[in-house]
Amino acid sequence: MDNTTNSIAYVRTQESPATAPPVSTGGVGGWLKENLFATPRDTVLTILTFLFLVWIIPPIVDWAFISAVWTGESREDCIVPGAGACWAFVEAKFGQFMYGRYPLEERWRVDLSGLLLILGLVPIAIPSVPYKRENALYLLFVFPVLAFILLTGQFGLRPVETALWGGLLVTLVVAIVGIVVSFPLGILLALGRRSEMPIVKMFCVIFIEFWRGVPLITVLFMSSVMLPLFLPDGVSFDKLLRALIGVALFASAYMAEVIRGGLQAIPKGQYEAANAMALTFWQGTRLVTMPQALKLVIPGIVNTFIGLFKDTSLVLIIGLFDLLGIVQQNMNDPNWISPQTPATGFVFAAFVFFIFCFGMSRYSAYMERRLDTGHKR
Amino acid sequence: MAHQAGVSSDADDSGRVSLMNDPKARGLFFQGLLIIAVIAMVYMGISNAIANLARAGIASGFGFFGDRAGFDIGQTIIPYTNDSNYLQAFYVGLVNTLVVAVIGIFFATIIGFIVGLARLSKNYLVQKFATVYVETLRNIPLLLQLLFWYKAVLSILPSPREAARETGVEVAFSINNRGLYLPRVIPEDGSSLIFYALVIAIAAWFFIGRWAKKRQMATGRQFPVFLTGLGLLIALPLLAFLVTGMPLSLEYASLQGFNMVGGWIVQPEFMALLLGLALYTASFIAEIVRAGILAVSHGQTEAAFALGIRPNLTSRLVIVPQAMRVIIPPLTSQFLNLTKNSSLAVAIGYPDLVSVTGTVLNQTGQAVEVISITMLVYLTLSLLTSAFMNWFNSSVALVER
Repeated sequence: MDNTTNSIAYVRTQESPATAPPVSTGGVGGWLKENLFATPRDTVLTILTFLFLVWIIPPIVDWAFISAVWTGESREDCIVPGAGACWAFVEAKFGQFMYGRYPLEERWRVDLSGLLLILGLVPIAIPSVPYKRENALYLLFVFPVLAFILLTGQFGLRPVETALWGGLLVTLVVAIVGIVVSFPLGILLALGRRSEMPIVKMFCVIFIEFWRGVPLITVLFMSSVMLPLFLPDGVSFDKLLRALIGVALFASAYMAEVIRGGLQAIPKGQYEAANAMALTFWQGTRLVTMPQALKLVIPGIVNTFIGLFKDTSLVLIIGLFDLLGIVQQNMNDPNWISPQTPATGFVFAAFVFFIFCFGMSRYSAYMERRLDTGHKR
Repeated sequence: MAHQAGVSSDADDSGRVSLMNDPKARGLFFQGLLIIAVIAMVYMGISNAIANLARAGIASGFGFFGDRAGFDIGQTIIPYTNDSNYLQAFYVGLVNTLVVAVIGIFFATIIGFIVGLARLSKNYLVQKFATVYVETLRNIPLLLQLLFWYKAVLSILPSPREAARETGVEVAFSINNRGLYLPRVIPEDGSSLIFYALVIAIAAWFFIGRWAKKRQMATGRQFPVFLTGLGLLIALPLLAFLVTGMPLSLEYASLQGFNMVGGWIVQPEFMALLLGLALYTASFIAEIVRAGILAVSHGQTEAAFALGIRPNLTSRLVIVPQAMRVIIPPLTSQFLNLTKNSSLAVAIGYPDLVSVTGTVLNQTGQAVEVISITMLVYLTLSLLTSAFMNWFNSSVALVER
C-alpha cells in the first residue's frame, strides 16, 4: 500500500475542491450579461443608449397617443394647449388623402381598380399558386387596360379628368406605370448595352448614363416645361401623362443597369450553349439567359421599385397632388391650421409610404432566401 | 454587303445565304434604321421647338445670361445682389448646391459608418436601435423627410423674441424659427498667421505620415502619426493665436426688434436640407458598411487572432482594408445620389441650383437653355465624382501578385 503510494507520487490522494459554478448563461441574468453588459465598453454603450431612449420615447408616445386628439370637427379641437398629434385632421381628410378630388359617387371605380390589382398581385406573390405566366400577362397587359378604362372613364362611364385625381391614387398610378413601363424598357436597354452593334450600344450607353446622371426633379421639370415645346402645335399631353413619361424613362435607365448586372453575372457558357443549340438571339435570351439573369437580380429589381415608389413623391413639385402633395395642401386648409397639423400629416404620409416600402423590402428578402438554390459560385 | 453574301455562297454549295440571314447585314440594317429614327426625332423636335419659340416670341440663345437678375437669394456665399446678372445668380446656386452636398456627404459618411458598425454590434440594445433607424429612414421618401424637418420641426420652434425671453437678449447659441445662431469669429490684424499655421500643420501631418510609412517599411518601427498630427493641428494655430496677441474676437447674435442681428446664422432651410440628406443617406451607407464588413470572411479574423494580433488592430489592419474594397463602389453611388438629391432643396426654398434656375426659367421663359444647363451641371458633377472615386477605388483595390 505504502509502496504504491510512494512510487506513483503524482497521483493525488484527495479529491480537489469543486470549482465555483460557472456564471449562468441562461435565464434573464445570463441574457443580460451576454447581450448588454459583456464588456465595460458595452455597459457604457448600453447605458447611453438606454438614457437616449428614455429621453426620446416617452415624448413620442405621449405625442402620438396619450395627448393626441382623436376626434374633432375643426382646428379648435387641436389647438388646445398641450395637445399632441391631431389625428382628427387625418380622419376628416382621409377620403382626400386616398382619392384626391375624384368625384365621390365615382370612387367605387378606384376601389374596383384597386381590387383588380390585388387580385393579380396576391397570387403572383405567393410562390405555390400556379398559372404564373397567365397571371403576369394579366398584370402587365389586361390590368392596365381595365384600370385605364375604369379610372379615366371610357365606354359610357363618366369621364374623370386626371386633374381631379390625387392622393394615394396618383402615387400608385405613377409607381405602377413606372414599374410596368420601365421593366420591358430596361430589359431592352440592358440588351442594347451588351449588344455587339456599336451604334446601338452607343445610344444605349448615352441614354442610360444621361438619365442616371441627372436628378429626377430636373427630369420632371424637363417633361413638364420642355416637352411641350418639342411637340407640334396643337398636340398636348395631360400633366399627369407628362410626369409619367419622365418617371418611366428615368426608372428604365436604373432598371437597365440592374438587369445588365444580372446578364453579366451568368457564366459565358450559357450564352455559348444557347448558340450551340441553334437558338436565335431572341430565343436564347427568352429561354436561356434572361430567366437566369432576372432570377439573380430580383433583390435589385425590387430595390429599384422601392426607389421608384419613394420618388413618386417628387411629382408634387411640378404641381400634381400625390399622397404627400395632397397632405401638404390640406395642411393649409384654414379650418385645420394648428401647430400640430403639419407633423400629424407628415407622420401619416410617412406611415403609408413606410408600409408599402417595408412590405416590398421584406418580400424581396423572402424571395432572396427562397431563390437561393445554392448554385452560387 | 453584296460582296459578303457572294463570299458565303462561294464557300457553301447548298445555296446562297439570303441577305436577311447574314448577321452583319442585319446589324448594319438595324443600326441604320436606328440612326434614321433618332435623326428624324431630333429633327422633328427641333423644328417644333423653333416654331413654338417663334410663336411665343422667345429668342433662343444664351444672351439672357448678361441681363439683370432682379431677384434676391436668401443665402449667398459669393457676392450677389439683385443687380447682378443671371450668370452670377447661376453661380450662387451652383455654389450652394456644392456646399450642401459636401457637408452632407461628410456627415452622412460619419453617421453611416457609426450606424453600420452598430448594426453589427453584439450589444442587443445598440443593434436593435441601429436596425430601427435604418429601416425607418430608408423606407420613407426623402422629400417627405425634408418637409417634415422644415415644416413640422424647425418652423414651429419659438420665434427669436420668445426664445430670447428665456435666454436673454444676447446669446452665444440660439435656435429658433429664423435659424441656428452661433457666434461669429471676427478676424483682426495679424490673424492671417493663424491660417498659415493651420496650413503648415496639415502639410506637416502629411509629410510625417509619408516619412513614418517609409521608416516602417525599412525598419519595422511604428510612429504615432495620428496623435502627432492631431497635436500639431491643435498646437500650431493655438501658438500662432497666442503669439500674435489673440487677434480674434467673437460676435454674438442679439435680439433687436423682432429679429436677431449679428452672429453667424445657419438658415433653417439649410439645416432642414442638411439634416434630411445626411440622415437619409446615412441609412443607406450603414447598410453598405454592414454588407462590406460581413463580406470579409471570418477566416481572416481567425487568421489574425492566430498571429496574435489584438482585436482592435485586427479590425483596423485586417478587416477594414478588405471591407473597403467592397464598400467603396456602392459608396460612390450614394455620394452621387446625395448630390443629386440636394436638388430637392427646391421644395423647402433653399436656393440651390435647381431652385435658382427655376426662378430664372420663370422670369425669362428660356426653358430649353436653362434646363439643359442644369442637367449638364449635374451630369458633370456625377462624372467628376465617379472619376475621382474610380481613381480612389483603384488605389485600394486588391493588388494581385
